[in-house]
Amino acid sequence: MRSPAKSFSAVVRRLNQPGAAGRLTALAIPYGWLALFFLLPLLIVVKISLSESVMGIPPYEPILRFAEDAKVQIHLTFSNFGLLLRDNLYVVAYLNSVKIAAISTLISVVIGYSMAYGIARSPLRWRYLLLMLIIIPFWTSFLIRIYAMIGFLKDNGLINNVLMALGVIDQPIAIMYTPTAVYIGIIYSYLPFMVLPIYAALERMDPSLLEAAGDLGAKPWKAFLRVTLPLSMPGVVAGSLLVFIPAVGEFVIPELLGGLGSPMIGKVLWAEFFSNRDWPVASAVAVAMLALLVVPVMMFDRFASRYFRGRS
Amino acid sequence: MNGRLPWFAISMLVLGYLFLYSPILSLIFYSFNESRLVTVWGGFSTKWYGALMQNDALLSGAWLSVQIAFLTACVAVVLGTLAAFALIRFGNFRGRTLFAGMVTAPLVMPEVITGLSLLLLFVAMEAVLGGPGRGMMTIVIAHATFATAYVTVVVQSRLGQLDMSLEEAAMDLGARPFKVVRVIILPLIWPAMLAGWLLAFTLSFDDLVIATFTSGPGAKTLPMEVFSSVRMGVSPQINALATIFIVVVTTMVVIANQVAFRRRA
Repeated sequence: MRSPAKSFSAVVRRLNQPGAAGRLTALAIPYGWLALFFLLPLLIVVKISLSESVMGIPPYEPILRFAEDAKVQIHLTFSNFGLLLRDNLYVVAYLNSVKIAAISTLISVVIGYSMAYGIARSPLRWRYLLLMLIIIPFWTSFLIRIYAMIGFLKDNGLINNVLMALGVIDQPIAIMYTPTAVYIGIIYSYLPFMVLPIYAALERMDPSLLEAAGDLGAKPWKAFLRVTLPLSMPGVVAGSLLVFIPAVGEFVIPELLGGLGSPMIGKVLWAEFFSNRDWPVASAVAVAMLALLVVPVMMFDRFASRYFRGRS
Repeated sequence: MNGRLPWFAISMLVLGYLFLYSPILSLIFYSFNESRLVTVWGGFSTKWYGALMQNDALLSGAWLSVQIAFLTACVAVVLGTLAAFALIRFGNFRGRTLFAGMVTAPLVMPEVITGLSLLLLFVAMEAVLGGPGRGMMTIVIAHATFATAYVTVVVQSRLGQLDMSLEEAAMDLGARPFKVVRVIILPLIWPAMLAGWLLAFTLSFDDLVIATFTSGPGAKTLPMEVFSSVRMGVSPQINALATIFIVVVTTMVVIANQVAFRRRA
């Protein structure tokens, strides 16, 4: 163990190095901001999820109470989590969110990979345009794109009109307000997040690897499976996390496109908070969602930091 | 990667772009529709654009959103650039893992959780400190927090590509660290900072969920106005608004790419 005096002098010595004070400030500002506005709020959510709900402002009981003999009492309750397990509504919404997010991610991988592969293999003069056409929806308002989807999917919308004009169907198919509409909405909204990382991985690949595989007698599909696919896996993983994690907590898409048949956990949280004004239960829903996402989010964190370190 | 494109890839590209663009194109098409019914063609008209200009709720929402997005982008660029510096240049300082986690986690955190948690923080702060009152400033704080993560990613990847020997040379020649930052590093990373600023602006301008949680009475942003009007049903005015939005975004993306392309060439 180092003595306090020694570590103090070590701190002083470090601060006297050129630029040390600047470095400390440069670190302290974003560190403090994120601790205050990202970490602390999450801890408050956990705390309130363990409080009892009451009518009032704010609508929950304090956890710490000062009793008469100057003792501090701690009140924790797990009743909010008990409610989540007892009431079928929450369990169904929870499982349904995971299912919808997982299936949407899988479909996005298939579509996104094919598109990214097509862009990476297309001639240079096309590639620029094709990439830009992926980036434009990425920058266009999310809400407006969901709104466009309503006009696309509804009974007298584009899909039904085209299919009826072609004579494929003679009555409009009901897509809006079904789980199918939610799947389509999620894939539509998050597809650029899948295409871009996969494209980036494919573009970094050294083309001579494929030539080598070909020279050694590998058939194109075999070269794809054994060279291209493994090398592009980081892009697939990054894209999948970028689609899956936000899709689990999605609110706007199930709210505007889905019906009552496809409850999702983000919608439940919203209703608990804004309609029922039950903050502790809303917080418990948030904690349950975080518990589900903690592994994917940590995977994403490790992945991102390794990726940026690798380049530096 | 070059060579002939397999037919499968070509057809997937065509289908993929059809999927991405046909809803947007039909939305633009029907914004010029005379008829109130969004899917029945009643002749060419720009009357919905005129009606949009008279819609005070949407216009004041748009103005509020522009102000919030501007402030958010400025705060996020400062915080994000500092965070990127710390992550790339400060080596393995104590607490780096937590810091790196706090920087990247907001990128993927579901919006409902970010929104709820920040609102609960603001309520607690009001109880303890008496402020800040909920409204424009709380939305800016909330937006800046998640936008910082995006700016950090953009600036970090640019900083990572920089040749450190430039900085070392300047230091060897006796430049103080602050001068190195100002004369060498900032001129090299400003395009990334600009890109981060634009990204932060767009993300903030676009956000519905976090703004709804952290807003107070009277502060209704453009997405909040659009959301309540879309909930009532489809309206040609929203088509007109969406068209303006798409045209602006497309122009900006094309210009930004042209600039980036020239610089590289």
